[in-house]
Amino acid sequence: MIQPVAFLQAAASPLVEHRVADMFKPLATPAHTVFDLSLLVMGITAGIFVVVGGLIIYAIIRFRHKEGGDPDEPPQIYGSNQIEVAWTVIPILIVFALIGVTARVVAGVQDQAEPPGAIHATVIGHQWWWEFRYPDYGIVTANELHVPITTGPGEHPTFLKLESRDVIHSFWVPQLAGKTDVIPNRENTMWLDPREPGIYFGNCAEYCGTQHANMLLRVVAQTPSDFADWVAQQKQRAAVPTDPQLKQAQRTFDRLSCIACHAVRGTPAFGVVGPDLTHLMSRQTIGAGVMENTPANLRAWIDNPQAIKPGCEMPDMKLSDQQLDQVVAYIETLK
Amino acid sequence: MTSTVLPEAPTEVQQKWKLPDRGVVGIISLIITESALFTIFVVAYLFYIGKSINGPYPKDVLHYPILATICLLSSSGTIIFAEHALKHGLIGRFKLWLGATILLGAIFLVYTGSEWRELIFEKHLTIATNVFGTTFYSLVGLHASHVLVGLTFLSLVMIVTLLGFPIQTQFRRVLFLSWYWHFVDAVWIIVFSVVYVIGR
Amino acid sequence: MSSIDFPLEFPHEKPSEFSFSETLYSWVATVDHKRLGLMYITTGLLFFVIAGIMASVMRLQLAFPNQHVVQPETFNRLFTMHGTTMVFLVGMPFVAGFSNYLVPLMIGARDMAFPRLNAFGFWVFLFGGLILYFSYFGANGLSGAGSAPDVGWFAYSPLTERAFSRGASTDYWAIGIFVAGIGTIASAINVIATAVTMRCPGMTLSRMPLFVWMMVVVSWLILLAIPPLSACQIMLMIDRYLGGHFFDTQAGGSAVLWQHFFWIFGHPEVYILIFPGWASVSETIPVFSRKPMFGRSAMVGASVAIGFISMSVWAHHMFAVGMTSMANTFFAASTMLIAVPTGIKIFNWTATMWGGKLHMTTSMMFACAFLLQFLVAGLTGIMLGVAPFDWQLTDSYFVVAHFHYTLVGAMLFAVFSGIYYWYPKATGRMLNETLGKIHFWFLCIGFNVTFLPMHWLGFLGMPRRIYTYAPGRGWDDLNLIASIGVIVQAIGILAFVWNVVRSAKWGKPAGDDPWDAWTLEWATSSPPPEYNFEKVPVVRSSRPLWDLKHPQDPDWKYE
Ligand code: HEA
Ligand code: HEA
Ligand code: HEC
Ligand code: CUA
Ligand SMILES: [Cu+2]
Repeated sequence: MIQPVAFLQAAASPLVEHRVADMFKPLATPAHTVFDLSLLVMGITAGIFVVVGGLIIYAIIRFRHKEGGDPDEPPQIYGSNQIEVAWTVIPILIVFALIGVTARVVAGVQDQAEPPGAIHATVIGHQWWWEFRYPDYGIVTANELHVPITTGPGEHPTFLKLESRDVIHSFWVPQLAGKTDVIPNRENTMWLDPREPGIYFGNCAEYCGTQHANMLLRVVAQTPSDFADWVAQQKQRAAVPTDPQLKQAQRTFDRLSCIACHAVRGTPAFGVVGPDLTHLMSRQTIGAGVMENTPANLRAWIDNPQAIKPGCEMPDMKLSDQQLDQVVAYIETLK
Repeated sequence: MTSTVLPEAPTEVQQKWKLPDRGVVGIISLIITESALFTIFVVAYLFYIGKSINGPYPKDVLHYPILATICLLSSSGTIIFAEHALKHGLIGRFKLWLGATILLGAIFLVYTGSEWRELIFEKHLTIATNVFGTTFYSLVGLHASHVLVGLTFLSLVMIVTLLGFPIQTQFRRVLFLSWYWHFVDAVWIIVFSVVYVIGR
Repeated sequence: MSSIDFPLEFPHEKPSEFSFSETLYSWVATVDHKRLGLMYITTGLLFFVIAGIMASVMRLQLAFPNQHVVQPETFNRLFTMHGTTMVFLVGMPFVAGFSNYLVPLMIGARDMAFPRLNAFGFWVFLFGGLILYFSYFGANGLSGAGSAPDVGWFAYSPLTERAFSRGASTDYWAIGIFVAGIGTIASAINVIATAVTMRCPGMTLSRMPLFVWMMVVVSWLILLAIPPLSACQIMLMIDRYLGGHFFDTQAGGSAVLWQHFFWIFGHPEVYILIFPGWASVSETIPVFSRKPMFGRSAMVGASVAIGFISMSVWAHHMFAVGMTSMANTFFAASTMLIAVPTGIKIFNWTATMWGGKLHMTTSMMFACAFLLQFLVAGLTGIMLGVAPFDWQLTDSYFVVAHFHYTLVGAMLFAVFSGIYYWYPKATGRMLNETLGKIHFWFLCIGFNVTFLPMHWLGFLGMPRRIYTYAPGRGWDDLNLIASIGVIVQAIGILAFVWNVVRSAKWGKPAGDDPWDAWTLEWATSSPPPEYNFEKVPVVRSSRPLWDLKHPQDPDWKYE
């Protein structure tokens, strides 16, 4: 937007994947604030470790009893009040310093006021996938959260409302922000403002049952105009197939019980138990990140999700080969 | 290494060396740990006040259990009299006051029972109805179960006394039982204030 | 001194005269605090091996990405049972076992205050443990969701509610631990009553051994901390069986309430677990440094302070649940304040070694490793206590690293220090020092190889309790290293098991006082007779045997 040339380049090259979610390579304000604080804290603790650990090791080496050495007992020393006071007061001072900075950072991140122009999204945790709703746009999607990047201070950060339909989950994308739990019957909030376009990996970080391990999470940070394109595309209803074979495929899909759990906007499918499939093919993964969204994988998933993500809430639908062909063909039209 | 011969404590030292009664320490520890248990249930009750999403609500169904409260609290008095009687070896009086204590405790339990019967069958409040029901029956029930335990022990004392057991030899134990009983009473004051006063 | 002319014979001094069934009966029916103590510790060690094998299976599954060693559900059961067992059936019997065996001996008493309550406590505790393990056979409830519990050792609601945990496995968790808790409370009441009312003449509180002091503090913590857990479990059972709504989020219940109640128990609990370790090294470090404990009264004060502060920090396990910034700051502050009394302890132990003559027995080596590893553990604890940093670190492998440094690197190492120190007292035979060194080095190296990399796994965003992970997220190598470490640890543990078994029969006879130590337990025979002391001892200082051995320079002149 600001620099059309750079923007064109960004749009042309695929987004960088930040697979290694290193919390010490922060790329958004909340994570960065924590990072700065953590450097201070680790500096202090490392210092204490070196000093105290050094003293302990020195004592172990220096005061070893030598075999055949002087058999007399060493001087018996019972203590010293001055020393006790010293090693009480110094830690107290360190601790107070730590409390001071902690208080500042807590308030700075948690009590951040929402600037005008913030993007809103609702994160809904399910066993074991993520639902993302954008109330301002009427979009529903799953497992990949799209947000615009921030180029200047306070510019459209994304404010998330976190809810859960079942048990406790936790939203964690280490390079963007610390985690916030996603708790049923309670509304939590958090915010992010990625600085660079890219795909940021994260996980559900609260044990939530059998497939907690495969409740992965991606945040797709895009330039504002890419984000706007994405929004425009997601707002559309599912394309109605014109090809007669695909029409037949859609009818098959609509008659199966898939629609009891899945929604495809613009069709009779409006289930809410599973992920919205309206624009499934625009997503990179299926099954909350258990695998890439390729035609072969998609087919394998629909054939028997229990073989891929054992225990997940989508049953093995026992489709016939013909049904499977049709359903997959239809779903592949959901761009 | 050479063994060390430990000096024996001279008899006068042994006699002068006085430490608290282990029963006292034991019963106080028990009361502390029970208090911790009740604290959690009380906090749960306070936390859920006004959080029921459907009725019946406390103000619709609860009334002050005045009589039961008077009975239970006065039983703390009668047990003190019983204790005094026992200390002075007055077994007859002891039986009388102990009997009164048991009776008062029993009235309390009967009252709680009838309150629950009314709540369950007439007001349709069960433990599964709403969070009020859940916390109410748990807290009051936990307390009532302690009253029941206290009553059982008091009755045991009563029975052995009636059978002619020289109960004055067990004065310490009766004393500890009475402390426990006072504790149960004190808890009721808290339960009463929380459930019937604050919670309404 | 051990020549005791008492007409009784004791079965474990002359086992040949008793048949197997008589021996068994004498152990089952015993009310002797020493036997109960040994039974507690043995039970704890057995459970440790079981839970350690579970951990090994978990590490095998996690050694490489996308492994299929176990099913997802099985993995979830493994970490639940591993954690639950290690905390409740390993750590807790160490508390009860050490205090039962040693407190009466150290205060010159002939038994515990309530011997039968003591036996009751042990059997109830064991029964609770067996209930938990019976879930493997019994929990295949009607809906077939069964086998062992899989809800994690802190069993967060609403995952434990009927809707999400069918079958009976969660019930086994709740009831088993509830029952074990009753036993623990019984033993804690007993320890307090014993230490308060049965000290031998002359043993004022200020002369009471540090070990006993710490056991009193830990018992106090048990009295206050276990009931909240029991309350949680009662509430959970009410929810699951009577249709209650304490934690039922569909009916207005709160999921966070469980967390508050659980951690009101859970945080004091972790100090309960470390206290026997601290207590042991507070005896072994002075004896093997040949110096009295530096700053004894400061140590007592610090223990008591920890006992109090530890009850106000629980929500540091909940920084990510969305508490207000006020609450987060408060709990961060109280958490970090604990560093002060804990630091006092570390400094005093170090100062005790300073200027001493360190005898590097296996026991002392474990104590030294404890000091360093506990320092690391405590400092990572401080990092977690900084609330914003915890938003990143919580529920990641960094936390797993932190608490294994506290529980294995500190607690377990200190307990091993204690076992090498008191084994001669309990059996009359020394543990083999060569095997001991093997045990030490393998465990120490293996432990650090396993758990040090986990800090970095946490930094790289690996969440805990995942049964598998995809390649390419930077976790592969570190996980493999961690798994390799387990093999090294297991060799160490095997050496220990063999040492304990072998030395009971063939160990070098120990004599009454093999370490030239200073507290009363070394003044009686090894193993001590059932009545502990033939004569009621009298003491004049906190090191009564020092006074006797050094009549020209006794402690009581300085105290
Ligand atoms: C033996 C058990 C034990 C001990 C002793 C400790 C000790 C401490 N622990 Fe730990 N902890 C656990 C066992 C233990 N912990 C367990 C089991 C869990 C995880 C439970 C679960 O989730 O499954 C846990 C989790 C845990 C968390 C929550 C992490 C999370 O899930 O998000 C936090 C957060 O604050 C924390 C902090 C601390 C602190 C500050 C200490 C302090 O006591 C440490 C104090 C010591 C020192 C600091 C070192 C010595 C001091 C000095 C040398 C003085 C100078 C130092 C300074 C001035 C800083 N612990
Ligand atoms: C006292 C406490 C304690 C101890 C000692 C240990 C010891 C070990 N723990 Fe554990 N651990 C916990 C307490 C403890 N742990 C807790 C509370 C949790 C949290 C659970 C939860 O999340 O709910 C946890 C979780 C936990 C995890 C995280 C699981 C997850 O989040 O997915 C891992 C993973 O590596 C692990 C590993 C280990 C290992 C490798 C050891 C090793 O040190 C074990 C070494 C022991 C052995 C290897 C045994 C070998 C013995 C033999 C082979 C001898 C054979 C026997 C005979 C011949 C008689 N533990
Ligand atoms: C009982 C409910 C249910 C039924 C019936 C059901 N699904 Fe699902 N489906 C789910 C759930 C829940 C998930 C999310 C699983 C996960 O990631 O853990 C899912 C995931 C999917 C996904 C991956 C979506 C994504 O974004 O990751 C596809 C594709 C899918 N289902 C297609 C189908 C088809 C086709 C059918 C019918 C043949 C069907 N589903 C029937 C519940 C159901
Ligand atoms: Cu959702 Cu873990
Ligand atoms: Cu804690």
